[in-house]
Amino acid sequence: MSSTTKSVSTTTPPHRQAVQPYVDAFTTLERSQGAVWRPAVRYLKKAAIARLSAIGFPGPRDEEFRFTPTAPLWQTNFQMADAACVDHVDVDSALSQAVSIPDAVQVVVIDGFCARIMGHADLPKGMIITSLAKAMVEHADLVEGYLNKHLKTDRMPFALLNTALFEDGVFIYLPDQCVVERPIHLIFLSTADQPRAHFPRQWFVAKEGSQATLLETHLSVDEGIPFTNGVSEYHLEPGAYIDHYQVQRTSRNGFHFTTQHVHLAQKSQWRSHLLHWGGRLVRNDVIAVLDGEYAECTINGLVHVDGQRLIDHHTAIDHAQPNCPSHELFKHVVDGEGQAVFNGKIFVRQDAQKTDAKQTNQTLLLSPDGRVLTKPQLEIFADDVKCTHGATVGQLEEDALFYLRSRGLGQQQAQALLTFAFANDIIHRIHLTALREALEHQLLAVHHLPEE
Amino acid sequence: MPTSTQTIAELANREYKEGFFTAIESDTLPKGLNEETIRQISAKKQEPDWLCAWRLKAFEHWRTMEEPRWWPNLKIAPIDYQAISYYSAPKPRKQLESMEEVDPELRQTFEKLGISLEEQKRLAGVAVDAVFDSVSVATTYKETLKEKGILFCSFSEAVREHPELVRKYLGSVVPYNDNFFATLNSAVFSDGSFVFVPKGVHCPMELSTYFRINAAETGQFERTLIVAEEGAYVSYLEGCTAPMRDENQLHAAVVELIAVGDDAQIKYSTVQNWYPGDKEGRGGIYNFVTKRGACRGRRSKISWTQVETGSAITWKYPSVILQGDHAVGEFYSVALTKNRQQADTGTKMIHIGKHTKSTIVSKGISAGEGQNTYRGEVKVLKGADHARNYSQCDSMLLGDRCGAHTFPYIDVRNPSARVEHEASTSKIGEDQIFYCKQRGISAEDAVSLIVNGFCKEVFRELPMEFAVEAQKLLGVSLEGSVG
Repeated sequence: MSSTTKSVSTTTPPHRQAVQPYVDAFTTLERSQGAVWRPAVRYLKKAAIARLSAIGFPGPRDEEFRFTPTAPLWQTNFQMADAACVDHVDVDSALSQAVSIPDAVQVVVIDGFCARIMGHADLPKGMIITSLAKAMVEHADLVEGYLNKHLKTDRMPFALLNTALFEDGVFIYLPDQCVVERPIHLIFLSTADQPRAHFPRQWFVAKEGSQATLLETHLSVDEGIPFTNGVSEYHLEPGAYIDHYQVQRTSRNGFHFTTQHVHLAQKSQWRSHLLHWGGRLVRNDVIAVLDGEYAECTINGLVHVDGQRLIDHHTAIDHAQPNCPSHELFKHVVDGEGQAVFNGKIFVRQDAQKTDAKQTNQTLLLSPDGRVLTKPQLEIFADDVKCTHGATVGQLEEDALFYLRSRGLGQQQAQALLTFAFANDIIHRIHLTALREALEHQLLAVHHLPEE
Repeated sequence: MPTSTQTIAELANREYKEGFFTAIESDTLPKGLNEETIRQISAKKQEPDWLCAWRLKAFEHWRTMEEPRWWPNLKIAPIDYQAISYYSAPKPRKQLESMEEVDPELRQTFEKLGISLEEQKRLAGVAVDAVFDSVSVATTYKETLKEKGILFCSFSEAVREHPELVRKYLGSVVPYNDNFFATLNSAVFSDGSFVFVPKGVHCPMELSTYFRINAAETGQFERTLIVAEEGAYVSYLEGCTAPMRDENQLHAAVVELIAVGDDAQIKYSTVQNWYPGDKEGRGGIYNFVTKRGACRGRRSKISWTQVETGSAITWKYPSVILQGDHAVGEFYSVALTKNRQQADTGTKMIHIGKHTKSTIVSKGISAGEGQNTYRGEVKVLKGADHARNYSQCDSMLLGDRCGAHTFPYIDVRNPSARVEHEASTSKIGEDQIFYCKQRGISAEDAVSLIVNGFCKEVFRELPMEFAVEAQKLLGVSLEGSVG
């Protein structure tokens, strides 16, 4: 779908011109699929592409993308993924890279298309887990009830792009009081024998009092140049409890631009761990809106970046109602010529009295060529609140290194052990045992440390 | 707690105490800004051609610039740059030898503010260069300083007497094209202070300038330049109050500090209490200031301390460029916003040299409908081995309609650097007030006590008399406040 941009007037800045191939892709998509879109979907998609072509991709002066240049992305010509790609993928060998979670309900999404769902035979009554394309037909009213219900994409070019171009993804619905004992494991695979863009879309609805564990693994089948542009929306109704994990280990040449929007009603709980290793240029926008009293939100992250790669996390925790606690701990390990960007915003609205928000960001900068850009930010409009944030950047503690060396460990070993401990602080918070153990294993192996 | 609600109301209603207007004849240029205005300013001040050319170059550039508008928590009414008079000077009188010769009305003004020159003279030997509107009218202790080889004079005088020094350092830290307001200042600056401390000289007294904005609708465009040579030390105080006025007054000052040689030290302290506007936010000073220091020498040090209680809008980021190895930068700030005041202030610490150190302590207090933003950047460049930064930003909220925001940018490119940032936001604990009241301290005094405690780390950095004044100012500002 590589279309030229020659027709666009030269006065338009390049970052705005660059959306043209995607506008063309939308036209093609509309021509082939438009007939089956329901009016609400059509309206949503058309509005999104119109808005995107108006604002374009972020330019060099866009404050939200100040440290994350998007030019390498929009200067690449991507083929748009289609359902046909799914056929010639060796799913099984690709899946072997993913952490195996025993007894999980497994959903495999390839290039944005839901390829297979396994182990969903005896799920609780009323629970839906299906491909989004299918859900839009079979549960159209249900899906449409959640279409952009809370997510405001106006100023989010990449969420707009996904909204315009998504065709499939995953739809999960937990009815009232539904407790899913088995973990749900979504595996997103990308193929890129040539640069390819794909647009998975997820809607996750947890009705009153429901509970589940949700793991999302992002992997690549090859080391090509995939462009993953995903959006996931999570709706937590009163008292819902979701334990969420995201493991991203995609191609080191790839682009990964995703948005997660979590909406929490009263007394619901969102506990999320974001673990990012892969990708050449990664931007992950996480927005959590605490929109009911006593809702609680935890977002922890572990990022390891090296080579000439850049991983950017923008998190926004929006305290809209009183009495909500939120916790955030983000850790970055930067090596090589890697760059880590972190922007953590805590927003406390005027009504959100008794908010208790805590944010911590720690970075371990291991190489002279690495770079860390962090901007923790507090915006507070209520007075009876407790909000703190802390950010540190540094290398390993001299004293700790000395202590280990005095106990007979070599310099390298001591360093490895401390780096491991730094990262493991996040990993040991993972409740999903199979995942925690597997990651601990991997981490030990990376640092050549023995199992203890 | 009825008393606390009552006291909040009182705070909100408090009128600006320093609001009075001194009628003095002034020599004012007509409103408007064009090349001719700049030539006139330059001509009035009998400036050399190079300076006039520099102003014009800045003006040319300014015309191509766009007014910055993007601060998320600042609401700025449109500024008509053509509706401002760019020069106002008290009518020239004969050269003054002693305080007695200073215009009695002017002296009275200072006395009303409790900062009479006599008292200043008596107090710990402070030399005062009083800037009344734009032209310096009285300078004291000049002789003492002269003996030591220290130059302390008005900017215009420096241009006349020491053009080579001014030419060498002017614009070397804040270039003429730095930002919209600094560029405007470069084009139209009226006067300000100039300090030069030669090699090895420890300035024996605190140097001080009191600024006052007086003539109606006159923008003030101060330009201050302080240079310290190898091993020199100077501490400079700047304090301001302004009379009550309805029109917004634009103030776009530029302050450049240069610690040129090894071990040079400059300490710059500010107490700012300009007219903040009335309860509805009408009037008040727009304070858009560019302050920057360069630590060029090894082990050189620049320290900024500021207490910001006035102005409708405060926009300033006193910064330090740490070039020399082992250079030290410090920033201590208290910013108070009440009624509809808005402040967006912070600092930039740019670590270039090895083993450079910076400390940031920022205390924001918001009351009424005030919006208080800390915006700061710590940048550690690749060569800055073992750079060290510690930042602490605390906000206190008094009232449920104010806002406190923190935007620290941290950019690190060196693995041996250590950067720490901490921020917290809270309100005065009811238990703290209860404790005080239980021991017979009124709610109001308790608030004052707690707020002063909250700001102690910053006040500690101020020179003695200033610390007292700052504490008083905060007390007065919060008078009858808060619970």
